[in-house]
Amino acid sequence: MPSKKLVLRFPAHLVDRPIIYRLVKDYDLTFNILKAQISPQEEGLLVFELSGEPRALESGISYLKGLGVHIQAFGEDVYRDEGRCTHCGVCVVMCPTGALSLDKETMLVSFDSSKCIACEACIGSCPPKAMQIRF
Amino acid sequence: MSKTIAEINEKIRKGQVVVVTAEEIIDIVEEKGLKKAAEEVDVVTTGTFGPMCSSGAFLNIGHSRPRIKLGGGKVYLNRVPAYAGLAAVDIYIGATALPDGDPRNSEHPGEFRYGGGHVIQDLVAGKDVELTAEAYGTDCYPRRRLETLINIRDINEAVLFNPRNAYQNYNVAVNLSDGTIYTYMGVLKPRLGNANYSSAGQLSPLLNDPLYRTIGIGTRIFLGGGIGYVAWHGTQHNPSVPRTERGVPKSGAGTLAVIGDLKTMDPSWLVGVSMTGYGVSLMVGIGVPIPILDEEVCRSVSVRDEEIWAPVVDYSDSYPNFKPEVLEEVNYAQLRSGKITVRGKEVPTGSLSSYAKAREIAGILKEWISKGKFLLTQPVASIPGAESGYTFRPLKERKP
Repeated sequence: MPSKKLVLRFPAHLVDRPIIYRLVKDYDLTFNILKAQISPQEEGLLVFELSGEPRALESGISYLKGLGVHIQAFGEDVYRDEGRCTHCGVCVVMCPTGALSLDKETMLVSFDSSKCIACEACIGSCPPKAMQIRF
Repeated sequence: MSKTIAEINEKIRKGQVVVVTAEEIIDIVEEKGLKKAAEEVDVVTTGTFGPMCSSGAFLNIGHSRPRIKLGGGKVYLNRVPAYAGLAAVDIYIGATALPDGDPRNSEHPGEFRYGGGHVIQDLVAGKDVELTAEAYGTDCYPRRRLETLINIRDINEAVLFNPRNAYQNYNVAVNLSDGTIYTYMGVLKPRLGNANYSSAGQLSPLLNDPLYRTIGIGTRIFLGGGIGYVAWHGTQHNPSVPRTERGVPKSGAGTLAVIGDLKTMDPSWLVGVSMTGYGVSLMVGIGVPIPILDEEVCRSVSVRDEEIWAPVVDYSDSYPNFKPEVLEEVNYAQLRSGKITVRGKEVPTGSLSSYAKAREIAGILKEWISKGKFLLTQPVASIPGAESGYTFRPLKERKP
């Protein structure tokens, strides 16, 4: 079944509405939450993987957009400032998915954003602050 | 057969010098044998690039009109306090200094986004830096306040002077406790979640000259992308630690104090860093050339990662409480393989120093020497060696 990893930002007025419930009930989609940050009266952030039939996925996403939920594909969120990376490799042990890896020959660190789940473990551990997240 | 530094310099001038890096010499010795390698190779270049907290820069900002005496007053560079206990317009900005208003670890772990290391990188990058100062005013230095932008291009001197850099070997840090800890060795996950190390191993300057036969006071080096010199042995220099049969120390040992003209340096080799929960620091790039004077020097530079051993230390208890316990001894080939075994558990490894950048530095220095742009120096004095008895002492606390 096709799936998409998405970062959703809910404006304050949508935070208390049962939006994910509607995705399941009305669009027959399943989801797996990777990260959620919601505080009452403030913007909410949800990182999740949404799966379902291609057409259902598409209409589910348009339903979210129609409500005013801001949607972003997920790998775009975490990025590396190439100019600041020193390739020390201290991030590699923090990364749970292998998105950051060290080439044993060149000893350079590479970042594969398609494997990134935006857990942000690299961000706090990066000494030169090369790993960043867009908000 | 032995060579002198003067003979090697003559070859550099004539463009006939044979220079290789500390990685390349390993295969050369393996293929040709020690005797032939020592005859053919004149210089081996080393490199290291890692966070080195004991770093900083002296600045002489020039006199204002009317004059101000910063000495005894307060000085800030981009809000980061600089040391002003010197003459009128000499200051020192240290790598770990933090703005007075930084929240530090009040919300643990603190972020430490900007500090002295970042000021130094900004200065080297040619950025304007805001200087604010308060002084008490004297008859000869009447001014009491100063707010100005300064730029490395305009000030009289900017001299990098780092009291302790280029550690000869270092601890491998792990965490045996049940919670994450935030250290100068990075974030350490609970129950042996990761092991962080910080040395360029077979490329590292002092590991290629383990008994300080060629590196001494006055040795000309690559420092922060420019030219520098070894000024002294570094603070906490500790040559009297256990060593392997070939003299390679099995834990942190020798250190170097280095000096150089900040104006000639490059921000890619002096990088301000933030260690979450710990503070700020400066990553420093250092490369030291080793003249192959004889077979013994050649044997030392052919050292491999698997022959360099480092102690694994628990940073949740042994390190903070200054206990000597070592959990394991591991070598740099194991560390660089991505995992080591500690107490029977496989632990992934992370490095604080950049091997790729260390390799790049050794390559740059090799190029400088090959092209005749960099001559070697004869040290004017040695640094204390393994037999000197010179050692590292704990603080003797006494009631005032």
